[in-house]
Amino acid sequence: MEAAPVVERLAQLALFADLRWPELEAVAHTFEEEVFGEGQRVLRQGISGGAFYVVLEGEATVIVDGQERARLGRGDFFGEITALEGGVPVADVRADTLLRCLSLAGPQLEAMLLEHPTVAVRMLKAEARRLRDANRWS
Amino acid sequence: MSNRPSPPGTYDVAVVGSGPGGLQTSYCLSRLGIRHAVLSADDGPGGMFRRFPLFERLISWTHSTADVAPDTREYEAHDQNSLVADEPELRGFVSRALAEERRRPAREEMEGALAAFAEAAALPVRYGCRWESTRREPDGFALGTTDGEYRCRAAVFAVGMTDPWVPPIPGLELAHHYVNIERTPDRYRDRRVVIVGKRNSAFEVGEALSRQRIRELTLVSPRAPDLGRLARSPLRPWYLTPYDEHVRGAPGRYVLNASVERVDRTAHGFLVHAVDPTRPEPLLLEADDVIAATGFEAPIRDLPGLGAATVLDGRLPALTPFFESVTVPGLFFAGNVTQAAQGLRKHGVASVSSMVCGFRYNARILARHLAGSVFGIPVERPRVRPADVASYLLSELDTAPELAMQKGYLARVLSHTEDGTFDEGILPLEVFVDGDTDGVAATLEFDADEEIRPALYVRSRGVLRETLLPPHPQRCFHALAYRDALEELLRPLRD
Repeated sequence: MEAAPVVERLAQLALFADLRWPELEAVAHTFEEEVFGEGQRVLRQGISGGAFYVVLEGEATVIVDGQERARLGRGDFFGEITALEGGVPVADVRADTLLRCLSLAGPQLEAMLLEHPTVAVRMLKAEARRLRDANRWS
Repeated sequence: MSNRPSPPGTYDVAVVGSGPGGLQTSYCLSRLGIRHAVLSADDGPGGMFRRFPLFERLISWTHSTADVAPDTREYEAHDQNSLVADEPELRGFVSRALAEERRRPAREEMEGALAAFAEAAALPVRYGCRWESTRREPDGFALGTTDGEYRCRAAVFAVGMTDPWVPPIPGLELAHHYVNIERTPDRYRDRRVVIVGKRNSAFEVGEALSRQRIRELTLVSPRAPDLGRLARSPLRPWYLTPYDEHVRGAPGRYVLNASVERVDRTAHGFLVHAVDPTRPEPLLLEADDVIAATGFEAPIRDLPGLGAATVLDGRLPALTPFFESVTVPGLFFAGNVTQAAQGLRKHGVASVSSMVCGFRYNARILARHLAGSVFGIPVERPRVRPADVASYLLSELDTAPELAMQKGYLARVLSHTEDGTFDEGILPLEVFVDGDTDGVAATLEFDADEEIRPALYVRSRGVLRETLLPPHPQRCFHALAYRDALEELLRPLRD
């Protein structure tokens, strides 16, 4: 269930695919691990708190104004807008199964991205895909 | 032997452990009339304090203050180490045990205070009874122990977090773990010591060794010390000499951010291979001794096999806000491991549940939760007159030790229904925020600039609003400006 150390699980995620081993280990130690039970909320729309999260295991739903907007699974990330911009989360994120995440407190995300620009580029590409999909469907 | 309390049998709750967490839970269950057994592998209470902390006093304070009596609730904020009680005569045991002019207890003082509390409160602890196995039953659990089997509807594990944990780094098993360090005064004289780790135990050992005649001291781990967090950490005033000496360039004092790749034994000692990703060459650290201050895990035995999800490489159980396993209902935790319930993570700051000051309140919340939701025992919910709500909340923000100790994690919660306004007690803030009850929760939080500020969460007709009030230099929140602000925030509940 959780045999492999965090660093090995990190190595398998697209976001960190360009990092070499010592870098990976440094990044792994920056993150904390959090586990949420089914139904537990990770982020709350309009209420401060939370962090930047990367899903290691399990599924979650993004909910805005009570409407389900997206499903998240292994390798997906969320909370980056609040972590980078400050303010309060613009969506609820609810665990649909046991949800295992890596988390990084808001102020540390920017420092991590500056230190590991390849992660920033991977993140930017994912954001671009999200924007393109949002434009296509709106 | 026949006089030992808690013989094998059937109980509402079985509590495992007789440290601060187990004793506080037992006390709170007793107050609510919940029949329970307390099982302890040790031969007396507070076994952890016979061993830890190794060198130093505790980092949590017990202040003797002339104007607040030690037998009051208010005193709890001045004394982070005594267990809490409703009866004045059971309060402030650590302050009574503390030597003159000390602000932090030594191990023996802590252990003595716990023993005095357990005896005065007549807690039903069965010492010398080791929990060995756990089985799920249709109506709860069966715990196998060295004395026989205990059946219970809910089990509370307060087993501490003192088992050594060592990351899978080749050769690190050659090092002494923190728990096995020899404490003879000259043990490290004129030696070069590498400590792997940069958390509490690493800094505690580093601090102690830096006061011995040690030749070279190096602390190494991948993660840079989080200075923002250290500013709010009780580590800062007591353990940071090695860090302070390192940043000011003291010879032979190093605090390095590098990942340890492996530890080799050499003819004279050890060679620690470390990699700092910002440097081209690996770091080679020669050492006479290597100490693994790499942390601890909770000895939760077969609970993962029962389905209890864990966090941090299996070192802690994953918990709900009521300290229940997120995957096995009925399995609860108390004491140090309640730090696994992180709350709302405001500005990345977690609860201080890893210290007695925090988990004594968690135990009270857990007991009340068990009473109400598992055993159907009605818990007190006093009615509050609408005209008194603002005064009551302001006085709680001023003096409630729960809010002062567990900032951003615990809140005073009032519910508001057609029948009136009721005091729901001190609850995890997350429980109110994620619930659907109309009412108000008042708490104290650090803001992004590390100022302590009152925070109000008001839910009216299902809509929740969060408001952070301004800080006050002396944290006096009964001032008129706060009253006016609060009355305004509470308006939706009156209309």
